[in-house]
Amino acid sequence: MRIELVKRPQRSALFSMLSPFIAFALTIIAGAIMFALLGVNPLDAFNIYFIQPISEVWQLHELAIKAAPLILIAVGLSVCYKANIWNIGAEGQFIFGAIFGSIIPVLFPQFEGPLVIPLMLLLGMVGGAFYASIPAFLKTRFSTNEILTSLMLVYVAQLFLDWLVRGPWRDPQGHGFPQTIQFGDWAVLPQLMPDAGRANWGFVFALVAAVAIWLMMSRMLKGFEVRVLGSSPRAGRFAGFGFNRMVFFTFLLSGALAGLAGISEVSGAIGQLQPVISPGYGFTAIIVAFLGRLNPLGIVAAGLVLALTYLGGEAVQSALGISDKVARVFQGMLLFFVLGCDTLIHYRIRLIGMALTKGTAKLEAAPKLGEAR
Amino acid sequence: MDITVNILLTIATAATPLLIAAIGELVVERSGVLNLGVEGMMIMGAVGGFGAGYLTGSPWIGLLAAIIVGALFSLLFAVMTLSLATNQVATGLSLTLLGLGLSGMIGTSFVGQPGVRLPNLEIPGLSSIPVVGKLIFGQDPVFYISIALTAAVMWFLFKTRTGLTLRSIGDSHTSAHALGIKVIRYRYLAVMFGGACAGLAGGHLSLVYTPQWVENMSAGRGWIALALVVFASWRPWRVLAGAYIFGAVWIGQLHAQAFGIPVPSQFLSSLPYLATIVVLVLISRNKRLTMMNTPASLGQPFVPDR
Repeated sequence: MRIELVKRPQRSALFSMLSPFIAFALTIIAGAIMFALLGVNPLDAFNIYFIQPISEVWQLHELAIKAAPLILIAVGLSVCYKANIWNIGAEGQFIFGAIFGSIIPVLFPQFEGPLVIPLMLLLGMVGGAFYASIPAFLKTRFSTNEILTSLMLVYVAQLFLDWLVRGPWRDPQGHGFPQTIQFGDWAVLPQLMPDAGRANWGFVFALVAAVAIWLMMSRMLKGFEVRVLGSSPRAGRFAGFGFNRMVFFTFLLSGALAGLAGISEVSGAIGQLQPVISPGYGFTAIIVAFLGRLNPLGIVAAGLVLALTYLGGEAVQSALGISDKVARVFQGMLLFFVLGCDTLIHYRIRLIGMALTKGTAKLEAAPKLGEAR
Repeated sequence: MDITVNILLTIATAATPLLIAAIGELVVERSGVLNLGVEGMMIMGAVGGFGAGYLTGSPWIGLLAAIIVGALFSLLFAVMTLSLATNQVATGLSLTLLGLGLSGMIGTSFVGQPGVRLPNLEIPGLSSIPVVGKLIFGQDPVFYISIALTAAVMWFLFKTRTGLTLRSIGDSHTSAHALGIKVIRYRYLAVMFGGACAGLAGGHLSLVYTPQWVENMSAGRGWIALALVVFASWRPWRVLAGAYIFGAVWIGQLHAQAFGIPVPSQFLSSLPYLATIVVLVLISRNKRLTMMNTPASLGQPFVPDR
């Protein structure tokens, strides 16, 4: 059997809408098989994985906490990917945002007042943008592959944070634990509804960023520029759009948003710096961006779905004793299926078996140019 | 003298997985496919190799399993990018993400278990020659495989007709297709060869380098292997040289940490990653050289028209 792709005359609006849902359905099926292999009743597992973690109000707040960084990062990455520029080091930019933003509460804890939070957020964005500017600079100046450099910098950022919290920034009263001092009251991102749950302003930032980027991409010249350069760099050059400027723009934008996510996470959800501050948000956000079809509004929905996979992973670990790595597996499968289903937007897929079907028999007798396997 | 020999031996051990994975990826990229999933295939090979070795007690079965797991895992990438024409960058990334997750889940029960180690080669007489004996005749079997593999790939790519065809596909899949070459079939085989190599490299990590299972034990080596291919401007013997340079950096920072050099260990640990960036910058600075050597259709999806 082989697979043959037949190009559609136009991209299919139907599959453009449906493909994330098909992908999700396929993931559920694959997940059911996986749970069955692990010796768990899939229905029970899905109940614990997808339903129970969002059945009470405080749990929805937890969902928002997990979704906020994913959405913030993914919205930035979507602009990069639309422009065909591959920043995959958001995890590092997230960490540097957290480090820069933490300068105030860690080094100047006596500085208090309503200005603290805005300054921290600003510094966080500067930190993320600074860290993202390195691969952008290397790409524009030396045409160094941005995929590899941005990824390598993730490892460097993780080690740098590890050094900070074990070395110069360690809490002297922390009984030797590798962590900074607890942030003061003014440096903690306020909660939205403290009576109902822990969700903080980070989620609002995420929604605002999504709407702002959506406006930019659909209504402003800059968004048009991104799309043109992404789909046809040559046409973009004729139109006078600078490629190098675009590299910097997309990297600085996505870096700043990842940095904002980093400082929001540290100041809102954690309250201090630790050796590890992210369960791979920067990488999961790549999945969010694609699941959301690189559309900021779709990304909001996708961010909530992926946040649920984190919560579900924790839930099955405590309830069924399955490793919480199951969340990573779900996320990976989801991305696979999304990418696969996206093929349906541009192509019709024909399965050609050994026995030829009636209509295509004549075509198949022609020299086989399109051998797929 | 002994210390020098030992350091050289450890450098070879550190370089071997990089070399194998990079040689595999080199063949893949020469066919015009960019598989960013090396890290994922490597870690799957590591967990598969450890698991098979641990359960059967035989490191050789473990090594074989690592190769098979790597190849099968790469098949996933091949179906997506070659048959469904998905974006190669995104698909490769998802292969890495899936591999890291899946290996972590499979490996949960292996954590802390004693592994089996592939024994070093011992040729009576020859291995006990001072200095050279151990270096040439007393290393682990995968080391010899890696050298043989490099030579074989060099010969295959540049001295055989099939190798020439493979390179032509990488440079222009449309022309190759027009000549009646089965582009997709070649690429399937190339991708699976790359997967088998990455799996073998992972098996080396969990059966020779540190015979145990540690989550994320590939520690970015798959990505460094990808960088090595660029650094080597798609030439096998330069991959060999590059792998040993990186092996030396890796071992050098470990020794520096052990000697208690007054630099924080985290800075030393980040050296291999920083070195990768520096090397990439140095090599890509020369735009013409890079342009000339990069397979021209690298990373572009190919859908045969009728």
